Amino acid sequence: MKRINTPLAEKDILRLKAGDEVLLSGEIYTSRDQAHQRLIKKLPFKIKHAVIYYCGPTQTPPGKIIGSCGPTTSARMDAFTPLLLKRGLKAMIGKGKRSEEVRRAIKKYRAVYFLAYAGCGALISKYVQKAKPVAYRDLGPEAIYRLEVKDFPLIVGIDAKGRSIYG
Amino acid sequence: MKIIKAEKITKVVADLCLKANCILRSDVLRKLKAAYKTENNPKAKKALGAIIENARLAAKEKLAICQDTGLPIVFIALGQEINIAGELKKAVLKGIEQGYKKGNFRESIIRDPITRGRSGYRGAVIHTDIVKGDKLKITVLPKGFGCENKSQFKMLNPTAGEGQVKKFILQAVKTAGPDACPPYVVGVGIGGSSDYAGFLAKVALLKNINAKRSKLERELEKEIGKSGIGPMGLGGKVTCLAVRVESFPTHIAGLPVAVNISCHALRSASARL
Repeated sequence: MKRINTPLAEKDILRLKAGDEVLLSGEIYTSRDQAHQRLIKKLPFKIKHAVIYYCGPTQTPPGKIIGSCGPTTSARMDAFTPLLLKRGLKAMIGKGKRSEEVRRAIKKYRAVYFLAYAGCGALISKYVQKAKPVAYRDLGPEAIYRLEVKDFPLIVGIDAKGRSIYG
Repeated sequence: MKIIKAEKITKVVADLCLKANCILRSDVLRKLKAAYKTENNPKAKKALGAIIENARLAAKEKLAICQDTGLPIVFIALGQEINIAGELKKAVLKGIEQGYKKGNFRESIIRDPITRGRSGYRGAVIHTDIVKGDKLKITVLPKGFGCENKSQFKMLNPTAGEGQVKKFILQAVKTAGPDACPPYVVGVGIGGSSDYAGFLAKVALLKNINAKRSKLERELEKEIGKSGIGPMGLGGKVTCLAVRVESFPTHIAGLPVAVNISCHALRSASARL
């Protein structure tokens, strides 16, 4: 089990191998379909070295930091991903396969793709210490939230050498 | 003539939404626990452990099992001797809105599939069947779209036979691969018309997954198990928790087959009035 923190240092990314289990701490940004469509036109946060989490949480129940907040299917964001990687995005968290184009872009820009425990949104909410909407509030659950996570358990899906856990 | 007030239906539907989204179906949980015991692949076993812990936590803290609280699919079996005081469909939609609001669930429904727009709680697919007697049965199945997106449908030739039916189903599961939150429950509808086969595949997901399964269902489970997808796509034995099939008479010229895949968080709840 490797512990890593955001902002992600290049040396930390390079020592990760597909299949490694990781505990991630620090700031990450939620973004899914509609937000991605806007992101590629204008960036509302600093994308350099950033981590994007493909997630649209439920409403926040009273007294809680965040509601259920598991990963959504990453493949739907494939079309937008190479451009964001080119602009400095360093890591993505989601579930499932990525396109060959994304795998190559991850390798080219020395980034990493993580898998979060899929369908475990209630459990994942326990790793979130702060949550704040930072852009596109009109998108409701698809708004961009800045999350502060502590020891968020992840598995390396595609590493900076382009190796994939799914072969 | 038995009279049921629309307000009563609203309340029951709201409660069903809360129950279905926060408390995992007991047959599904039982199967997951059994899968945890049989899975040898350490990563896959850990994923199953997380899924079981997630269900425990969701029930305890009244949190949604999954952030995708789905598009609600409602099945109504309405006894023909019942008189509804008020409007049935409106009562159901209101119940969904109330339940989803109370549960702080996600606003996942958009009004227009093309222009999209702001999402909310309004909208559900409602199937109503008129049956004999004076009972009303309502089932709410919140269907997440990660797995709904992997649905497949095909009109096979009438001479295709069981072999090609199986091949199509296996291909649908393999195409879903690791994306739709395995281990899956695979709902299959065979027969009827194109629209009805799709409906049957959903109905199949309402069946108890621990109940006795047919030869076809067991064979499909075995074949899917060999795919090696495993929990979260991490490999291992447990790719599907169960296959359930619903069949229906069809036309001499066709053999419709629909596959509706459910993620491991197969959620539904029923009530009888």
